[in-house]
Amino acid sequence: MNKSIKELEEEIIEEFSLFDDWMGKYEYIIELGKNLPLIDPKFKTEEFKVKGCQSQVWLSSEMKDGKLFYYADSDAVITKGIISLLIRVLSGHKPGEISEADMNFINKIGLKEHLSPNRANGLTAMINYMKKYAAAYAEQNVN
Amino acid sequence: MDNTGKILEEKIYDEFNVLKLREQFPILNQTVNGKPLIYLDNAATNQKPLSVINSISNYYETINSNVHRGLHTLSERATEAYEGSREKVREFINAKSTNEIVFVRGTTEGVNLVASTFGKVNVKEGDEIIVTEMEHHSNLVPWQNLCREKNAVLKYIPVNDEGELILDDLEKLITEKTKFISVVYISNTLGTINPIKKIIETAHRHNVPVMLDAAQAAPHLKIDVQDLDCDFLAFSGHKIYGPTGIGVLYAKEKFLEEMPPYQFGGEMIKSVSYEQTVYNDLPYKFEAGTPNISGAISLGAAIDFINSTGLEVIADQEKKLFDHAMKRMNEMGGIRFIGTAKEKASVISFLLEGIHPYDTGSILDNLGIAVRTGFHCTQPLIEQKYKLPGTVRASFAVYNTTEEIDIFAEGLKKVKQMLG
Repeated sequence: MNKSIKELEEEIIEEFSLFDDWMGKYEYIIELGKNLPLIDPKFKTEEFKVKGCQSQVWLSSEMKDGKLFYYADSDAVITKGIISLLIRVLSGHKPGEISEADMNFINKIGLKEHLSPNRANGLTAMINYMKKYAAAYAEQNVN
Repeated sequence: MDNTGKILEEKIYDEFNVLKLREQFPILNQTVNGKPLIYLDNAATNQKPLSVINSISNYYETINSNVHRGLHTLSERATEAYEGSREKVREFINAKSTNEIVFVRGTTEGVNLVASTFGKVNVKEGDEIIVTEMEHHSNLVPWQNLCREKNAVLKYIPVNDEGELILDDLEKLITEKTKFISVVYISNTLGTINPIKKIIETAHRHNVPVMLDAAQAAPHLKIDVQDLDCDFLAFSGHKIYGPTGIGVLYAKEKFLEEMPPYQFGGEMIKSVSYEQTVYNDLPYKFEAGTPNISGAISLGAAIDFINSTGLEVIADQEKKLFDHAMKRMNEMGGIRFIGTAKEKASVISFLLEGIHPYDTGSILDNLGIAVRTGFHCTQPLIEQKYKLPGTVRASFAVYNTTEEIDIFAEGLKKVKQMLG
């Protein structure tokens, strides 16, 4: 049985509680950002770009067996690291579950400043898109 | 050999003691993310001395009242302080008359005012306006919009790889259809100090008026509008140690006389009937509504601060900080500088090789160091011209210290270590 969104969030909060300072946390995020080839280059086009002033984000999604999968990338490593956390939590779940997720774990692991509109890094817009896709698919399924 | 040099050095040290000066800036004395704040985002806005902060509260505590129309004592005091500030601004930029000093919200509003009034009346279909490739959006978008509305053409003075204007092209760019030239004095992104006198001379040979965006120039060098012979100039209070929401538009009186009002309502009228309105004299014709009285008065306090510190002392300190930072960054290596003009202000735009500016800025923030990252409101310059994802910008003010630069340099090493 796959883990629920809530369980995955708890898991990440648990992981981050092991770091006693910001540096360990950021080193971990940077690792995540560096290691994950998150998106097929064919999606790195204007069409899939979520524009930010500070960093760029690309996002695509796919429905498989009633579950929604996300693929994303960014030109900034820290943004990319945070994206990989978002994908780990949301990807592979039913659209209805995704559209209801509160994503509060980002606050809890002390990275909420990266979701501030002031950062204009594309992350807030990306989460909105992820949820919008999910809501649209969820509606389709109902119909 | 006498020790005049040494004494002189001590004298200068006595006269300018940065640690003593910092006592006037309470905001600097705090920790951010557990580290002492190092504020190197001065080109975005600089911090305010106590004299400016006190001036704001003093206004509301003692003389708050609407200006120009009241006959009671408080209104007179407020008007006196407000107009006194206008005189300080006049002197600060050596304008001929206070009629030429219009209080606005900031540089952006100053440019918008000119585009919407002078531009609206004088620019017609097929006409041309010239700006540069290094303009801040505030001196680009208003002209872009005017050209779109009027079916006019916006032309750009090109920028070379070093971040300098290619002025050879200016004569070719100016045609008989050129109606206006608006140029940034000092680039907020590149730090380039542009040869504006040459631009103004060339433009005037063709009878084309010139506006200067002096937002970055006003805090760093002496502006003399009569010597420059610029026709329009705008700057912001908050970049010269003053409050936000107040700025100045200077324009030669003959242009202000000709221009229609920008906004309509209170203050800008002489008399109103149901049928028509007679507009007020200069500069009030352009100051509709109750103005930012406390802002204007505190802008005067900011000018007092600059005068008492001395623009030369400020420039010397900034030069010292800039040279020190360049030395430390050059020693480090692996840094690409964006904007290496010969004439530069204390702004360093750069990229750590292979590291995205967002990542650099995020790590520096965790170290308590405030820099700016991104396009710096010059997106076409960064994206189209230099084809970069953004830059990191460190900009210095008189209250920064070489020790802070050292910590900044160590911070950059940390970024490289974590992300390289």
